[in-house]
Amino acid sequence: MKIDLTDTTAGEINKALVQGRRAIGTPAVGMVLTMVIVTDEENAYDSIKAAEEASHEHPSRMLVVIRRHSRTLRDRTHSRLDAEVRVGSEAGAGETVVLRTHGDVSDHADSVVLPLLLPDAPVVVWWPVGAPDNPSADPLGRLAQRRITDLYAVERPLEVLETRARFYAPGDTDLAWTRLTLWRSMLAAALDQARVKVTSAAVEAEAENPSAELLARWLQARLGVRTDRVVSPGPVVTAVRLGTGEGEIVIDRPEGPLATLTLPGQPPRSLALKVRPLSELIAEELRRLDADDMYAVALRGEGTKETV
Amino acid sequence: MSSACSGPFRGTRWYGSARARADPAAAERPSISRDEAVRRLEGEVNEVDKGVDAEMTDKPAEPARGPAPDAAAQSAKGGVHVPVAPAAGWVNPLRDPRDRRLPRIAGPSGLVIFGVTGDLSRKKLMPAVYDLANRGLLPPGFSLVGFARRDWEDQDFAQVVYEAVKEHARTPFREEVWHQLSEGMRFVPGDFDDDTAFKQLRAAVEELDSSRGTGGNFAFYLSVPPRFFPKVVQQLKKHGLANAPRGSWRRAVIEKPFGHDLASARRLNRIVHEVFDPEQVFRIDHYLGKETVQNILALRFANTMFEPIWNRSFVDHVQITMAEDIGIGGRAGYYDGIGAARDVVQNHLLQLLALTAMEEPIAFDAEALLTEKLKVLKSVRLPEDLGSHTVRAQYAEGWQGGERVVGYVQEEGIAPGSRTDTYAAVKLGIGNRRWAGVPFYLRAGKRLGRRVTEIAVVFKRAPHSPFDSTATEELGENAVVIRVQPDEGMTVRFGSKVPGTSMEIRDVSMDFAYGESFTESSPEAYERLILDVLLGDANLFPRHQEVEESWRILDPIEAYWDEHGRPAQYPAGTWGPREADEMLARDGRSWRRP
Repeated sequence: MKIDLTDTTAGEINKALVQGRRAIGTPAVGMVLTMVIVTDEENAYDSIKAAEEASHEHPSRMLVVIRRHSRTLRDRTHSRLDAEVRVGSEAGAGETVVLRTHGDVSDHADSVVLPLLLPDAPVVVWWPVGAPDNPSADPLGRLAQRRITDLYAVERPLEVLETRARFYAPGDTDLAWTRLTLWRSMLAAALDQARVKVTSAAVEAEAENPSAELLARWLQARLGVRTDRVVSPGPVVTAVRLGTGEGEIVIDRPEGPLATLTLPGQPPRSLALKVRPLSELIAEELRRLDADDMYAVALRGEGTKETV
Repeated sequence: MSSACSGPFRGTRWYGSARARADPAAAERPSISRDEAVRRLEGEVNEVDKGVDAEMTDKPAEPARGPAPDAAAQSAKGGVHVPVAPAAGWVNPLRDPRDRRLPRIAGPSGLVIFGVTGDLSRKKLMPAVYDLANRGLLPPGFSLVGFARRDWEDQDFAQVVYEAVKEHARTPFREEVWHQLSEGMRFVPGDFDDDTAFKQLRAAVEELDSSRGTGGNFAFYLSVPPRFFPKVVQQLKKHGLANAPRGSWRRAVIEKPFGHDLASARRLNRIVHEVFDPEQVFRIDHYLGKETVQNILALRFANTMFEPIWNRSFVDHVQITMAEDIGIGGRAGYYDGIGAARDVVQNHLLQLLALTAMEEPIAFDAEALLTEKLKVLKSVRLPEDLGSHTVRAQYAEGWQGGERVVGYVQEEGIAPGSRTDTYAAVKLGIGNRRWAGVPFYLRAGKRLGRRVTEIAVVFKRAPHSPFDSTATEELGENAVVIRVQPDEGMTVRFGSKVPGTSMEIRDVSMDFAYGESFTESSPEAYERLILDVLLGDANLFPRHQEVEESWRILDPIEAYWDEHGRPAQYPAGTWGPREADEMLARDGRSWRRP
């Protein structure tokens, strides 16, 4: 069921949500969190789709804040809020409210979002694009326990990475880091098998890949060795090499989802290592809502190992 | 911002369990501080140089099973990759308890399935292995060995697994995952008597250790009828397969039935324990792998609002129901002579009872859980008059969900005079301060109204009602219902005012269902359990003491039934025999309609 509201307020949206829920006959729903997506019109569709898929695992109220840009000066000063309330089968496992802000209200989106948060439940903010430099100081970011940014969506990822490191606050996380989970767990598993001390490390990836940089920093911090960054044709991260006294541990993924794992003194074996869709990344993010200390370690790189 | 960092899910208990999750090995050794871990890690480098001495220093940390000479003999052969001595104190620098994203991946290991051509193996085990691989929870190099009396090559076996996975796996089929798995598939043809076959199995295991890096860690899944257990475990022992090389493990996984009475269960346990250490024997009770069952513990011990009323002062009685809508199908040979009580009450229902009634364990680990479950099972009291507080019955011909179905004794392969129970209901008491006087009604049956398993904790009525009796006429008792299957979740039932001008109160229910069945959040029970076996996490497996204790509860009932009367009859598709309703009516209660 879909209810359109033009030039509206948070109070009216709340009423529409209750009305929508009554209409589909489920007055109580077991939603576990509020997800706020801050995006532009261009990226809204994909983001909502991914979040709705993730909502099957984490039933949630989704508030999508879309800032509309007006072409004329007159429109720009005229402040208006439009909303689209979706409940039932159209909204994944939960409720979706798409908020379109025009004019001045765009700068005060938090005043619209605050009354619409689920009582008590944790709040997650996700910026698919255009994340603020300092997410935890952002008016919307301040409302949330968890703030998700994406280094893949910026023009100069490595520069922004430094900004993220500078402004890091517990609760920050980035999808470039989430994308590494499979790599990291396979590397940890490989080391479980090899059980040797690592003396050198190298990450091979396409140029300017933020995930590769995070992976390199994580290895550096955890293994206490210098990690080389090697540029390869990609796509994304193509290989990780860990040098040990007995030979190299290599996970090589030249292309496609099938990687090869090589351990010293053992024949190579294949390893499924796919690039996961956005919805899986978001679902992973929502599984834990406390601070991701290890992201902080990776973000800051070497030398911070003991201080965090 | 400091409040953000101590988020809602952060507490010492949670942290502790996350630690065990992040580092499987940590579960087996005393937890160590980070500094200590680093020190050990650094110390290890020196110890390597010292060679043999190093082997001795760190030894106590690892529960090394199997005699050392055996391990020496194996490594002398050269083919086997035995983890070197420092392994015991080795800490993986890439793992950290704070790193909650890294999933619980099993360590290097392999799974050997006996009876791999069976139904369970095709429908549950193989798909579960694939689903685990698909979720990235199996270690690289994980290997699957099939053992059966078929003239197959490895490829034929892989083909069978492929078909099973295609048909029954929960997660979508992905070529690369399949490729990873299929490289480690081996098949050993042969009989359980066949020494050559077991020699071949041993060769296969050793070959996998060197070619796939399984590190000597193997779980043997005995998906075979229990009468073959003695033979198989003896063969494993004879061919040195049950002895783990130093620093590795060998585990046995067995399925119910764990015997058919106390004596046979003891016999079976003795046979298995002769070969495998009791700690290394994993008994599968797939109910315990279900999310909701694990949730019982979370519900009771992570919250404050349930535990204070979880006792005789507030609880009137508890009903545990396991209803199936199917008949015995093609299982006549197994089912006749066993019956509902032995088939499901002894294991599933008594386990659910134990989890519902037990005291808080001191920790969420296998030993603490065993202690509490065992205590409550030992306090179970049978009714004095078994005749009026137990009921057994057989389904008779009837209509089940719009289909005409035959009665039990008309089923193919069942003797007309069979006295096997397809329905069993018993009233049990628990002799402790918390539960004295609160009856636990357990019922299980086939061909009942619909398929459902649930635990209903029914509370006492309010001691005094300020409302007129007319106002509360329709008010029942408050209840917390934990739905185990299908549609896992929880319902709370309480009274609420009917909207309108008059005061009238009636029951409403509040329902909670977390997650849908086809997402990662609700893996199949077998996935969870197989992963736990590989991780050595015994929380969700009943130990032999529990099995024996459960038989001690059931044996007198079965003995009474053997000597008294015949099973009652109930039409298929109903909620059981009239006698069962009368049994509760005698206590002034009635069965819930699930």
